[in-house]
Amino acid sequence: MTNEHIQQRLTAQFPDLSEWEEQYGMLTFRAPAARNLEVVRFLNEDAELRFVFLTDLTGVHYPDRSGEELCVVAHLHNLQDNVRIRMKVYVPVTQPDTHSLTSLFAGANWMERETYDFFGINFIGHPELTRILNVDEMDYFPMRKEYPMEDPTRIDKDDEMFGRG
Amino acid sequence: MSEQHIKLAEESLEKQTTTINVGPTHPATHGVFQNIMEIDGERVLSTVPTIGYIHRAFEKIAERRPYYQITPLTDRLNYCSAPINNIGWHLTIEKLVGIEIPKRVQYLRVIIMELARIADHIVCNSVIGVDTGALTPFTYVFQWREKIYEIYEEICGSRLTTNIGRIGGFERNFTATAWQKIDSFMEGFPKMLKEFEALLDRNRIFMDRCIGAGPLSAERALSYSVTGPNLRAAGVDYDVRVAQPYSAYEEFEFDIPVGTTGDVYDRYLVRNKEMWESMRIIRQALEKLKGLDPNVYHADVPDFYLPQKADVYTKMEALIYHFKIIMGETDLPAGEVYHSVEGANGELGYYLISDGGRSPYRLHFRRPCFIYYQAFPEIVSGGLLSDAIVTLSSLNVIAGELDA
Repeated sequence: MTNEHIQQRLTAQFPDLSEWEEQYGMLTFRAPAARNLEVVRFLNEDAELRFVFLTDLTGVHYPDRSGEELCVVAHLHNLQDNVRIRMKVYVPVTQPDTHSLTSLFAGANWMERETYDFFGINFIGHPELTRILNVDEMDYFPMRKEYPMEDPTRIDKDDEMFGRG
Repeated sequence: MSEQHIKLAEESLEKQTTTINVGPTHPATHGVFQNIMEIDGERVLSTVPTIGYIHRAFEKIAERRPYYQITPLTDRLNYCSAPINNIGWHLTIEKLVGIEIPKRVQYLRVIIMELARIADHIVCNSVIGVDTGALTPFTYVFQWREKIYEIYEEICGSRLTTNIGRIGGFERNFTATAWQKIDSFMEGFPKMLKEFEALLDRNRIFMDRCIGAGPLSAERALSYSVTGPNLRAAGVDYDVRVAQPYSAYEEFEFDIPVGTTGDVYDRYLVRNKEMWESMRIIRQALEKLKGLDPNVYHADVPDFYLPQKADVYTKMEALIYHFKIIMGETDLPAGEVYHSVEGANGELGYYLISDGGRSPYRLHFRRPCFIYYQAFPEIVSGGLLSDAIVTLSSLNVIAGELDA
């Protein structure tokens, strides 16, 4: 099964998928936040595509992308044909809602809790969306970029030292 | 003396079940994590795991570290087989940059990774023995874990958190002593492994405790995204070394052992069999090394690989590269890469987003035991409390990796 074939089959079913790219051999696309569960269900249940394995699910914060600051990245794996695929969903930081994959994969439970814990993404339909690694009393989402790693007054550890800004 | 000294809470008189607390520090948990279990006599009705006690925010720290400084962070994930984590990280960078690695380095890495796998499986399997009351096999094989640690020590200078290798290869060539230690390990360990199997494999008590305990079906294992020996014990022959070979694994001939029921005994047998397969791989690697130039131990990538100290003091170019690497001034291409290696307890993945800066924009560790540990409540409910303890040790949950 080639990446072109997967792309054709997916676009035939979901014309609103976008930002197709292929980096280091892995097919990547963007799905609308409201339809991510439908897309993954199709990938999972289609007799040809058979992406039955959720390898990984995590979040990324892009503070500069106005209106779509948070990204949920899911890696799926078709074990029979040995193909991996990456699906991205962008949500605004003001209303970070997307659908939970727990109805399809039992393993999505903790991965989504971790993503909620660190990025504050709200997975609709998750049975128990609570913090998992951080303390329950925490009132912010620490992996977002506005929380600096180092003491902000240090000039030897600012963005410039890391090739940015 | 009819007066009652112990005052019971009202509801506890009505309640027929008992709530017990296993962990966070408990001899049966082998790491810092807690389980609040509801038991009815000896039967486990439900269990609620609490994790995160040793969360150290590695993903956040990694966003402010130059690439070469992230290797020591990976050490502290699965600290029972740190070299696999280190080399997995180097392979991720090499994939992002597109560095060609010499064959000899690939084989050396395979040797180290398979030794690490053996060290990890030794810990897990012998601890299943300890939890079922058999301390002898544990004391036997731990001598051999020590010998593996001596090999690490000879190669990189440290034992547990190894920080082994560099981007592009190894920091120094394997010494004659290292080869000698590897040879003596290869000669002595099979005898010990045979003895280990003789002590446990057909041991009546061990079998009675393990067979049927904590079973995990293939279907549930896939749904829970279980990987590694736990998935293979359930009968799915998925191994990253075969599915997406890295570091020249495609050149090696080895079998993927699988189980049928996915219970504790199957997981034990799969790990034992894997140790034999690891020995087979190391033997092939030693054979393949014979025809290669013994002086090659790193790729020629001056942008990433530190020059020799003698050159740094005498040659200008080497000094510049040394400074650039140490100050983290080497730019990497922008891009997204997911690379996974077969860790000792499952698929260890690195999802790296580089924006061209000197540190990752985002780095996510796919930690196998964080993902498969969530199956634990399901597989122990309905079983005995003592089975739950054995199941926990057979899953090979490492607290460092669980909490990142």
